[in-house]
Amino acid sequence: MRLEYTGLSDLNGSLVALEGVSGVSYDEMAELVMADGSRRYGRVILIEGDRAVLQVFEGTRGISLENTSTHFTGKPMDIALSKEMLGRVFDGAGRPIDGLGELYPDERRNINGSAINPVSRQYPRSCIYTGVSAIDGTSTLIRGQKLPIFSGAGMAHNELAAQMVRQAHVAGDDGEFAIVFAAMGVKNDVAEFFRRNFEESGALPRVAMFLNLASDPIIERILTPRCALTAAEYLAFTHGYHVLVVMTDMTSYCEAVREFSSSKGEIPSRKGFPAYLYSDLASLYERAGMIVGKKGSVTQVPILTMPNDDITHPIPDLTGYITEGQIVLDRNMDQSGVYPPINILSSLSRLMKDGIGEGYTRADHPALSNQLFASYSKVQDARSLASVIGEDELSPLDQQYLRFGRAFEQYFVRQGQQEDRTLEQTLELGWALLSILPKGELDRISDKELEEHYKEGAFESLGEL
Amino acid sequence: MSEYRIYSVNGPVVKVVGGKGLAMMDMVFAGDQQLIGEVVGVEGDMTTVQVYEDTAGLAPGQPVTTTGSPMALMLGPGLLGNIFDGIARPLKSLEAISGPFLGRGVNIPALDLEKRWDVEITVKEGDPVKPGTLYAQCQETSAILHRCLTPAGLTGTVTRVVPNGPYTVEDVLVEVTDARGKVTSLKLATRCTIRGARPIAQRLPIHRPLITGQRILDTLFPIGKGGAAAIPGPFGAGKTMTQHQLAKWSDADIIVYLGCGERGNEMTQALEEFSELKDPRTGLPLMNRTILIANTSNMPVAAREASVYTGMTIAEYYRDMGYHVALMADSTSRWAEALREISGRLEEMPAEEGFPAYLASRLAEFYERAGYVQTLEGKEGSVTVIGAVSPQGGDFSEPVTQNTKRFVRCFWALDRSLAYARHFPSINWLNSYSEYTVDFKDWYSENVSPDFAPCRQRIANLLREESQLMEIVKLIGSDILPENQKLIMETARLIRLGFLQQNSYNPVDTYVPLKKQLLMMQTILRLYDGVKEGIDKSIPLSQYTATGIFDTVVKMKYEIPNEDLSKFDDYAAMIDKALEQVNTANS
Repeated sequence: MRLEYTGLSDLNGSLVALEGVSGVSYDEMAELVMADGSRRYGRVILIEGDRAVLQVFEGTRGISLENTSTHFTGKPMDIALSKEMLGRVFDGAGRPIDGLGELYPDERRNINGSAINPVSRQYPRSCIYTGVSAIDGTSTLIRGQKLPIFSGAGMAHNELAAQMVRQAHVAGDDGEFAIVFAAMGVKNDVAEFFRRNFEESGALPRVAMFLNLASDPIIERILTPRCALTAAEYLAFTHGYHVLVVMTDMTSYCEAVREFSSSKGEIPSRKGFPAYLYSDLASLYERAGMIVGKKGSVTQVPILTMPNDDITHPIPDLTGYITEGQIVLDRNMDQSGVYPPINILSSLSRLMKDGIGEGYTRADHPALSNQLFASYSKVQDARSLASVIGEDELSPLDQQYLRFGRAFEQYFVRQGQQEDRTLEQTLELGWALLSILPKGELDRISDKELEEHYKEGAFESLGEL
Repeated sequence: MSEYRIYSVNGPVVKVVGGKGLAMMDMVFAGDQQLIGEVVGVEGDMTTVQVYEDTAGLAPGQPVTTTGSPMALMLGPGLLGNIFDGIARPLKSLEAISGPFLGRGVNIPALDLEKRWDVEITVKEGDPVKPGTLYAQCQETSAILHRCLTPAGLTGTVTRVVPNGPYTVEDVLVEVTDARGKVTSLKLATRCTIRGARPIAQRLPIHRPLITGQRILDTLFPIGKGGAAAIPGPFGAGKTMTQHQLAKWSDADIIVYLGCGERGNEMTQALEEFSELKDPRTGLPLMNRTILIANTSNMPVAAREASVYTGMTIAEYYRDMGYHVALMADSTSRWAEALREISGRLEEMPAEEGFPAYLASRLAEFYERAGYVQTLEGKEGSVTVIGAVSPQGGDFSEPVTQNTKRFVRCFWALDRSLAYARHFPSINWLNSYSEYTVDFKDWYSENVSPDFAPCRQRIANLLREESQLMEIVKLIGSDILPENQKLIMETARLIRLGFLQQNSYNPVDTYVPLKKQLLMMQTILRLYDGVKEGIDKSIPLSQYTATGIFDTVVKMKYEIPNEDLSKFDDYAAMIDKALEQVNTANS
C-alpha cells in the first residue's frame, strides 16, 4: 500500500514537519511531490509520536503548507552502485548528471555505511609514491590512510591534489587504481579544473565524480561525501580497486552541517558548530582503511581551507584529531613562490613510521627524514635570531643553518607541477642538502648511515638544479 | 511485559511511553532490532533512553523491553588478551557474526561461554564465606591467575562445592547459604554494574611509582601506582604514542587500554603490536596482560560515554584480585564531548563551551576511582589512570583540560613545538609537573640509590636555568654569554638530546630501567662538574666541546645495553680522559 500525506504542518529553513503520520522510522527517506509534479527528497531527522520532521535536500523554496504530498519510502537513504560508476559524473546525492542515463545498479547501499570493526582492519603499511618530495620524503602517504591537505583560500591546494592524483603509484603495483572525487560547495572552475586534469592525464575513465557546487543546496552537500565514500568502499572492497578519494572542500561541508544544525535549533558549541561535528567528521574520515582478506583499499585526501589560515579553527582542529596526519600549506612559502607551499614542520604522516625504511622504501629513509625535520626546525631558531640581530652577527653554524634552510625550501620542497621525482631522487637530494651542515650536527643519524650516505660537498656537486 | 513503546527518536535519544516501571540507568532493548540502551531520564510516564547503537530504523510504536537492572558487564576469565567495544562486546565475535563492518542489535556476552577453564576450588563445604573470600581460581593466561572472590553483600556458609576440574564460566561451582537460608550460587563469571566504584576495604596511601621505563616520566615526573595522570596535547604531539609506550612498558600486572573516540587504525596497530611484543619482565606476549577496549570515533557516541566506565570496571575487577592495573584512556576529551553531545540532545542547559554543568563532577568521579587500596580480601591492589586529553586547538585553558587538572596529581603537557622539532616524547619539562616526586623520595633512595633524588633535582635545575638563558639568547645570540652559562646551555642540550629524548623505535632505548636512568644522569653530571672546574680556571668551553666528548655522551643511550651497565665505567673513563687532555694542554 502506498500512503501519501497531503500537505505539511510546519516549514522552517530546509526542514518541514508533518503531523498525523504513522509507521515512519528514524532516518527514513521520503519523496515530496510538488504541485507541478517535480520531486524533492527528504530524510526523517526527528520523529515524535505522530509528528515527523524532514530535512529536504533540494531546499524548501516554493514549498507551501499545502502544495506537496509526501510519501515515505520505508528505508534509509541509499545509492545505486555499480562498477560502471567509473568515468561517470553524479550530483551531490549520487544521481547521474552527465546525460549518459541512469546507472544499472548491481547493488544499493545505505550511504551512512557502518563502522569497520577494528579487528577486521588491516594496518596500512604500503606506501603510495606521489612524486612530490615534500610528501614522499617527509610525510609519506600510505595506502589506506586519511591524509588531509590544510590550506587557505588562494593557495595551490587543488594543483597539489591534482598532481598527487596524477602521479600516485605504488611500488610493484598489485592492483588497479581508481579515483573518487567529491566536490562539496566548490566553485564551478575548481570542479572543471579537476575534470580537465583527469582528462589530460587520461585518468577520466577511472574517476567517479560527485559534484555539489557552491550554488547547489547545502543539505545535498551533507550527503555528497557519504555518497562518494559509499562508492569508494564498494569499488575497494567489492571490486578490489585501490581507491583514492579526494574530497574538497571540507570547510564548505562543515559549514553546511552548521547551517543545518542551526536550522534545527540545536545548541551550538565552538564557533556555532554543533557539538557532534567531531563524530560527524569521524563518520567520514574513518571510512578510509584496509580490511583483512580484501584486496582493495580506501585512501582519503580531504582538502580543507582554514578560515583565516587559522589551524586552531574547529574544522582543521577536529580534522587533525581524526586524520592520520596532515599536510599543511603555508602562506609565506606560497608568497615566496614555492610550489608546493608545504610547511614541512607542521606536516605529518602518522602512518609513515611503519611504512618506510628497510623492506618498504629504503633503509636510510626514516633516519634521513627525521634529520631533515630536526635540522629544518633549527633553521627557524636561526631565522628568528637573525631577524633580531641581523644575519651577519650570527655564528658560522647558524649561518650554515640559514643556508641549509634556503636550499631545503628551494630545492627539496620546491618542484614543478609536472615534475615527478622518484623516491631515489628525493632521498639523494635530502642527503645532498644535509651535506651543507657539519657532520657533528646530524644527531639523528647513526654513524654507519653517515658513513654510507654523507658526502661532503655533495650539495655543491649537484650543480644547477 | 513489553507494554513500553517508542514515542520519539532524535539521534541516540529515544523517548519511551507506556508505564512508570523503568528505573534510572536500567538497561533496555529498544525497537524491533533490540538495540541496547540505558535509561537516562524519567519525566511522568515519559522515559528517556540513550541508545548505544545507530538508531536508523527505529519508529514510534516499536516495543521496548527492559532487563530490570542497570547496565552490567559479565566479568570472568577470558577478558585478557581480548578486544571489546565500548559496552564490552567482544569484537572478534562480532566480526564472526556480522563481518568486517559492525552490525547492529547483536547482543553477545563479553566472555566465551563454551570454553572450559581448569578450575581449582578453594573452599569446602561448611566453610564460612564473606565478601572477598576466594572460592575458586584458574590460570587465565600464563602470567595471570584469575581469582574468583565472593561478591560484596554475600556472607554465609558453603553448602555445596563441585570437585576441581574443567568448567565453563556459567557452571555453578559453589553454593552459599546465608543466615536466612537463601542459597546463592557462585560461578566463574560474575555480573557487575559499570557506573559505580567496586567496593574495597580501605584506601592506602600511594607510596611507590609506576615504573614506565620512560626517562622523562620516571625521573622528572613520576606517577604512583594508584595515581592519576593527564596527558594533554594538540594533535600530532604524540599522545597516543606516549600511551602506547606506557601500555607496553609500565610495570603494572594488567593493562586496560581504552581507545575512546580515536582512530580505528590505531586500535589495529595496538592489537598487532601488543601481540608481537614481549613483556620485558616475564618474556610473555604483552597481549597476555592487556585488555583492549575500542570505541573508535565512528562508532556510536553513546557507547563512547559508557566505554570509560566499562574500562574502569574491568580494571577494578582485576585490582580486587590483588593486581596492579593501569588504565590508559585515550582520549578523555572524546568522552567529555560525548557527554556534551548527549546533553545537547537531552536539551540540558549548557555550561562552559556547551559542555554540561556536570562535566567536572563526572571527571572527578572517574579519576577518583583510581587508587591504591586494600581489597575486601585483604590484599593490596591498585588502579592507575592515565588519561589523554585532546584540547581544542591545543589550548590548555579549555574546560576539559582545566577540570582534569584539578583531579590529577600528575600533568604531562605535550608540546606542539617539540613535536615539530621531532623531540619525542614531546613532554614539555617546564609545563609538566608531578606532585608525587616528593612522596617517592624515600622509595627511590631505598630501591635505586640515595643519589637519585639529588641528581634529579640538579638535572631539573639545569633545564630551568637553560630556559631562562634562552630568553636572552633569543634576543642577542649565544656568543655573548659568559663561559659558565654557555656550559649550562651545552649541558642542557646534552640532557635534552641524550636524556629526555627517547627513541621508541630503538630496541635499546624504548625501555630504560631506573638504574640506567640514574647512571645516565650521573654521567652527564660528571661531565658538567668536570668542565665546570676547568671553566673556573678560565679554560674556554670550546676547548672541551672540540674533544667531541659531548657528542659521545649524547649517544650513550643507544650504545649502552640495558643488561650491561658496566659500560658506564668506560664512559666515565672517556670523560676523565677528555677533561685531562684539555686540562694538561692548558697547564
